[in-house]
This record gives sequence, C-alpha cells and structure tokens, in this order.
Amino acid sequence: MYPFEYQTASSVADAASRLAAHGDAKLLAGGQTMIASMKLRLAQPSHLIDLAGAADMRGIQVSATEVTLGAMSRHAEVARSAAVQKAIPVLAKLAGGIGDRMVRNMGTIGGSVANNDPAADYPAAVLGLNATVRTNKRSIAADDFFLGMYETALAEGEIITSFSFPIPRRGAYMKFKNPASRYALVGVLVAQLADGSVRVAVTGAGPVVFRVPEMEKALTAQFAPEAVAGIKIPADGLNADIHAQADYRAHLITVMAKRAVAAALA
Amino acid sequence: MTVKVSLTVNGKPAAAEVEERTLLVSFIRETLRLTGTHVGCDTAQCGACTIHMDGQAVKSCNILAMQAEGKSITTIEGIASADGTLHPMQEAFRQNHGLQCGFCTPGMVMSAIDMLRHYPHPDEATIRAELDGNLCRCTGYHNIVKAIQAASQASA
Ligand SMILES: Cc1cc2nc3c(=O)[nH]c(=O)nc-3n(C[C@H](O)[C@H](O)[C@H](O)COP(=O)(O)OP(=O)(O)OC[C@H]3O[C@@H](n4cnc5c(N)ncnc54)[C@H](O)[C@@H]3O)c2cc1C
Ligand code: FES
Ligand code: FES
Repeated sequence: MYPFEYQTASSVADAASRLAAHGDAKLLAGGQTMIASMKLRLAQPSHLIDLAGAADMRGIQVSATEVTLGAMSRHAEVARSAAVQKAIPVLAKLAGGIGDRMVRNMGTIGGSVANNDPAADYPAAVLGLNATVRTNKRSIAADDFFLGMYETALAEGEIITSFSFPIPRRGAYMKFKNPASRYALVGVLVAQLADGSVRVAVTGAGPVVFRVPEMEKALTAQFAPEAVAGIKIPADGLNADIHAQADYRAHLITVMAKRAVAAALA
Repeated sequence: MTVKVSLTVNGKPAAAEVEERTLLVSFIRETLRLTGTHVGCDTAQCGACTIHMDGQAVKSCNILAMQAEGKSITTIEGIASADGTLHPMQEAFRQNHGLQCGFCTPGMVMSAIDMLRHYPHPDEATIRAELDGNLCRCTGYHNIVKAIQAASQASA
C-alpha cells in the first residue's frame, strides 16, 4: 500500500470540503473494497477520508411508502433491521446475503453502490426496486445511475448521502453465488411495485446491472413463474470468465428469474 | 508520516505511533505482539484474522488501524478467563477436536462467538452458512460444526 494521509469527516459537508481540498483524496466507507484495491496498488489516494464518523450519513427510516437508508448503513444493520424486514423483506434478505458476516459488519450500501462492481448485489436492489440515490448535490433515479463497469453517474467529489426505496407490493432476489468469492455469478431481483408495474434487474451477468424489459412486460401481464420460463436471454455481451461462460450466465438469468417470481409469491 | 492510534485491546488501553497505512492486523501482531490473530490470505477471504471490534466480528487484515481509533477490540488472547479457564467456545473446540493444525482456529473461534450472539441455537445448516467467511484447510469442517453446536448447548 502506498502511503497516504488519513482524515476523518464529521459530516457530509465536512467530507465534501476535505475532498475538494485535496485533488487525489478518496472516501473510505467500510473499506471492504477500498483497502483491497490500495493493497493491490490499484488505488493510490493522497488522502483517505473516513466517513464512519459522519452521523448524517447513518440511520434507517421507514415511512408508509418508503425505506430510507443512510449511505453508511452497514450490510449487517440493514439485514437485521426489523423495520426493513417488515417493509421490504427482499432488501433485508439481499443485504444478509452479501459476502460473509465479517464483511457485512463493515461494508456499507453507499460504498457498494458507488463502487458498482458488476457482480455486486446492491445495484440489483437499487435498480430493481426503483430507488433514488441521494447525493450532496442532487437526487439521481436508479435508471440513470449505473452507467457501465465500475462507472456511475457520480461526478468528481460527489458523495452519496442516502437511498430511498419505495415499498413494493412484493419482491424477491435470487443469487447464484460464486462459491469462492461469494459475489453473484448471476443475481436476479424481481419486484412488483406499488403501482403494479414490474421490474427485473440482473447483476453479475453483464458489465453492469441491467433490466430485462421482455420479462417485465410478461410479468406485468401475468405475475407467475411460467410467464418468464420461456424467455431466453441472448448471451451476446454477457460476462465470460473461468467461473462461467456467457451462455451459461444467460441460461441462469431465466432460471433465477423464475425462482425469484416464485419466491416473491410465496 | 506517523499518527497516534489509541484503542482498548482486551480490556486494556493501548496506544502507539503508527504509519497511517498500517493494517489493524499488523498493529495487533507486530506492534502489540499479540500473535494469536493469524494472517492466512491477506485478502479478506479466509477469516484467520477475525477479531471483535466494538463487539462485532471483523477481518482485521481488511481494516486500517486508524479505523479502530477509540474503539474496543478483542482478540483470541482476550477471551479466556484471567485464571486461564478457556472460553466455552475454546473448550468446545478442544473437546470436539475442532482443529488440526490450528492455523484457522483463532478466527474460527472469534467468528463462532459472534455467530452465537446472533443465533444462540443454530442448526447445522445455519452454522455452515454463517461460517462462509472462515476457511479451514485441514478439518473438513465437521468437527468445527460439532464444536459450535456443543458450545451453543453449553451456554443454554
Ligand atoms: C470477502 C468479500 C466478499 C464480498 N462479497 C460480496 C458480495 O457477495 N456481494 C457484494 O455486493 N459485495 C461483496 N463484497 C463487497 C462489499 O459489499 C463491500 O463492502 C462493498 O463493495 C464496498 O463497500 P464499503 O463500504 O466497504 O466501501 P469502501 O471499500 O470503503 O469504498 C468503495 C468505493 O466507494 C467510494 N465510496 C464509499 N462511500 C461513498 C459515498 N457515500 N459516496 C461516494 N463514494 C463512496 C470509495 O471512495 C471507494 O471508491 C465483498 C467483499 C469482500 C472483502
Ligand atoms: S488474513 Fe484476513 S481474511 Fe485471510
Ligand atoms: S485446522 Fe488447519 S486450517 Fe483449520
């Protein structure tokens, strides 16, 4: 790891001014991705600004219509929150399936979504549940947030402060885990939103999380596993690596979507 | 540049000047010379470096020492009683032959103690799922699972 200067931020505003003061400064949330990339010398920040003390980035609020998660909510906090379990069970369950217990005790939703790993779980929740990403500058709709591999709509120096998830009628997430890394080989989140519209978000399969309009249409007409069983996803452009070929991932999308619909109905 | 880090380790205050890039596990092993916490992979995969920070199990190879500033940490050296009586989880690992070479054991024990805080009476499937973050190259896990089950019954 290259040397850097460590600083702590007491609030979002404090973090923003520290970021602005140093060109090569980076934010540190749980560090579960950041520290590994610094060890590998893939990241070389001059300053590391720890957000753990920023009280205005914490907290979970549940209203009649939405769940708001502070960007510094740890995966374990979301998984264990009785209020989240009740309002959006799929969100708590997804958080409880990230990595392992020790990673969940440190990792945060803000760090995960900002990092936008192609195989991360939270991007599927943000896109599939039609969440809004709130930053220190603006609100960004999920459909406009995830741009490409590790690429998001966040501008230089922009900080995610919280996420608002509208409470859906039902939803489920099915993850086919890579047994070594625990990341998603393919993960599919299916949700029927409050207005009856359906979203299908896929992570792990492509360079970035994406929706499947054909499945959404079929499920809007009939919310049942059979509705998606016959929908084949083309393998073009999907990830291929030592863990799985593109056509295998394409096949898994349909299988996981079917299972997610069944689980959402259960 | 160096900075001062102060925290509580196994109930006692500890402070030192460290480089800012110092990992918590290096601080524990090299500065404090508490070498019971092991480094198996250094990539947050194996769980051998698991300790408790403010009562939560974390992987100390993937945390900066500065992230533990002001916090209370517990390592494998801090769980037995002052008179040397083993912690019930350590005793259960001993009784059930839950270790062979012992390299993964400190992390297994720290992780298992954290597990029982959240699942006081886990079934076998829960134990196996919750041990996701701890790898053992020797035992095949059977006796580790048995040990955790025994410890959960001992504390019933
Ligand atoms: C062994 C292991 C297994 C894992 N398995 C999974 C898995 O199965 N599924 C999964 O989804 N993830 C997995 N992860 C990743 C984990 O979820 C990380 O916690 C997450 O990707 C990063 O969150 P963090 O809080 O640790 O962020 P950090 O590592 O601290 O930061 C990540 C990046 O986001 C930036 N950032 C952080 N917070 C903000 C913010 N509020 N605004 C703007 N930018 C910000 C940082 O500058 C940095 O570039 C795993 C990690 C490990 C070590
Ligand atoms: S040494 Fe920390 S997880 Fe392997
Ligand atoms: S006992 Fe040898 S690695 Fe687990």
